[in-house]
Amino acid sequence: MIASIQAVAPHDVALSIRDLTVNLPQGMERTYAVENISFDLKRGQILCIIGESGSGKSVTANAIMGLLPKVIRVSSGAIQLDGMNIIGLSPDKLRSLRGRVVSMIFQDPLSALNPLMTVGAQIDEVMAAHGVGTPKSRRGRAVELLTEVGLPDPELMYHQYPFRLSGGQRQRVMIAMALALEPTILIADEPTTALDVTTQAQILELIRDIQRRKGMSVMFITHDFGVVAEIADSVVVMEKGHIVEQGSAQQVLKSPGHPYTRRLIAAVPRLTGEDRVPLETANKAPILKVEGLVKTYRSGSSLFGSQRVVPAVNEVSFDLAPGRTLGVVGESGSGKSSLGRLLIKLLDSDGGGILFEGRDIAKLSEAEFRPLRPRVQMIFQDPFASLNPRSTIGHILTVGPVAHGMPYAQARDEAKALLAHVGLDAGAFGRFPHEFSGGQRQRIGIARALMFKPKLLIADEAVSALDVSIQAQILQLLDQIQGETGVSMIFITHDLRVASQICDEIAVMQKGRIVERGPPSQIFLDPQSAYTRELVAAIPGEQPGSTRPVAANG
Amino acid sequence: MRGFLLNRLSQSLILLLIVSLIGFLVLNLLPGGPLAQFGLDPSMTQDDLDRLKEQLGLNRPLWMQYLDWAWRLLQGDWGHSFRDGAPVLAVIGRHVFATLLLMGTSTAIAIAIGTWIGIRGATHRYSLFDHLATIGAMVALSIPTFWFGLVGIYIFSLRLGWVPAGNMYTIGDGSVLNYLHHLILPSIVLSLVHVAIWSRYMRTATLDAISQDFVKTARAKGLSERRVIMKHVVGNALLPMITLAGVQLPSILTGALVTETVFTWPGMGRLFLDSLGYSDYPVVMGLLMFSAILVILGNLIADIVVAIVDPRIRLG
Repeated sequence: MIASIQAVAPHDVALSIRDLTVNLPQGMERTYAVENISFDLKRGQILCIIGESGSGKSVTANAIMGLLPKVIRVSSGAIQLDGMNIIGLSPDKLRSLRGRVVSMIFQDPLSALNPLMTVGAQIDEVMAAHGVGTPKSRRGRAVELLTEVGLPDPELMYHQYPFRLSGGQRQRVMIAMALALEPTILIADEPTTALDVTTQAQILELIRDIQRRKGMSVMFITHDFGVVAEIADSVVVMEKGHIVEQGSAQQVLKSPGHPYTRRLIAAVPRLTGEDRVPLETANKAPILKVEGLVKTYRSGSSLFGSQRVVPAVNEVSFDLAPGRTLGVVGESGSGKSSLGRLLIKLLDSDGGGILFEGRDIAKLSEAEFRPLRPRVQMIFQDPFASLNPRSTIGHILTVGPVAHGMPYAQARDEAKALLAHVGLDAGAFGRFPHEFSGGQRQRIGIARALMFKPKLLIADEAVSALDVSIQAQILQLLDQIQGETGVSMIFITHDLRVASQICDEIAVMQKGRIVERGPPSQIFLDPQSAYTRELVAAIPGEQPGSTRPVAANG
Repeated sequence: MRGFLLNRLSQSLILLLIVSLIGFLVLNLLPGGPLAQFGLDPSMTQDDLDRLKEQLGLNRPLWMQYLDWAWRLLQGDWGHSFRDGAPVLAVIGRHVFATLLLMGTSTAIAIAIGTWIGIRGATHRYSLFDHLATIGAMVALSIPTFWFGLVGIYIFSLRLGWVPAGNMYTIGDGSVLNYLHHLILPSIVLSLVHVAIWSRYMRTATLDAISQDFVKTARAKGLSERRVIMKHVVGNALLPMITLAGVQLPSILTGALVTETVFTWPGMGRLFLDSLGYSDYPVVMGLLMFSAILVILGNLIADIVVAIVDPRIRLG
């Protein structure tokens, strides 16, 4: 890999990176973003760059686009784009390459389009910026592109504003925009990470399809080995600014050479299709029984008409035994998060009952429910936003129990013990949230919830914001805690693979309803509803039936 | 959109009602009253005062006076000045042009220069320009408008003699050029503090917009930096500024009143001070209601403009 030859890229290489080092400004965690990396993107291939956060994969993409922030500099090495070294090119030359020779699509389609411009105008703009075509020809081409990326009614779509489109549709618009000038290279920076699993499958399909049809070279950045297995021809694995392994997709996935790659692949949650061995509990009566729960959102004013009514949770019923975990899976807008908030009474329900330990809490007033609050706790999705940045960890952990009458000294001792228990040292007590990594913060979030010795934990996308290796550790921690305390859990997630790891039972939600409920073996190997089948089929990478044919019986 | 307008209009009416109530009460709680100026006049007897009171309707209970006044206002009769009996609307009408001219000009200056400074400060963050703009804004915000007015008159009128020291035009010369010549100094003085406010907000809004993903998209498309900034960044940064313009209206109005006094500008500010001095309640109340309507209307227009410019609100 440490190739010192300044070779002119052979003709079958669209993009060639040689000994690239990009420096970070002083005061950062390390002095470089990437160091001495070299790889080739062959013509007509899809190259996946995979790594966890901080691996330098996005910096590499931005360096190729010539879009690095001013404080981050390429200090050595070469980037050969179509045989031309772009390091040291004037800003104007670089600009003329962007969008024409190399284009890029981004992670979050919801924010990647200008909200004030129509879709058509934004596509038109790429061509106009490079002086291609007349207004009329550009319009025709834009409609053609919208058709090509599979958007319905392209003529109408041309005049739409982005906010009217779904996430998947917006990502299609981004792709149309990137394709406008038929670039040699397409860089896709986590283009499906923010999308639902079925939409993700469609977008991956579209990218692969277009790549084949046009013979384009694609550099695809991801953190998900499932996605790699779906589309990659070759793979580059990055860790902390270095390439630790590269090779064909087959080779890297089947026989990874570097320990980091092996760790990463091992950490990817697998669809087990196996059922958990349930905890032995003395009490068999359900701790939670939900009956016909309803929540309807109303927007707009009723006074002047035009009211919108959205049934977020619609006649949902289930029960949960002590010490068991129920997974609630669904795509965005399925009502799974609303359900979680209803159960912990952060939202008021419009109908139905929530029987917690035999008592209906749905109709309790806030004051009546308060004594019960400690027994139902929540772990939130975003470990960065859910901890008050101005409070010490000690304060975050003790403020709740103290408010519920625990003497401070006792709360402090318990907090320190819990911190050790979730894998942090006791010194964390006096520190602030920003001093911790995402995974550590999620451990703090879990410790905070456990301070109350709850009977029921509701985890809303508790591992979604974390890197896979951290994700695996947190799942393990939750599993261990359940084993020790016998706490019941409701695990809300969009990721079926994660749900298959930790749940005794899974409820699949769609449009506010539970469409199917059953043990993982049923959901993944023998799904009863069409929607569940669709969801399972859309999971990138392996399929449970194919990789573990004998899993059906555990 | 229709629901939104109806909603806002009904809110505005309630607001006007509250403003009028408070204004009326506060005015009548002041010691003295309209007839106090005659108290020291030996030629006025108690009978004369009583007769005047009766004529002006001041002998009735306060709530009756208010209801009477409000009822007439609704019918378009804003009352008559205690001083010369002229209709209030006509009195205000004589002064409104001067104030609107001053406000309009300085708002235009503030928006144009403030926007430019804000954008440049954001795109050249932490540059010398940015630091100077920050310091300048702090200075302009900390020093009262009348001080700038007095210093401006001293330097540019008395010392340099470039511009006249006051008034809106030279008597006998009504040319546009003459108006402009008189307008330069007061409008710049009045705009100073607003340039400062506007540039700070614009800088923040621009920085917000610059860090958005769609700006990255625009750069990745190969657009020129100029187009990225002008079309994608500024377009989105200006959106919150429209609302700000509405919110700033009262402050520009009060600023205009101060500036008018310093520059002997024949606008509503002068009229307001004079009328207060004479306890000319109908004119003071008229001015109060007029400014309230002006401010509410300005905010309403700002909201409507935002709704028109932003497709998410327009269609949503």
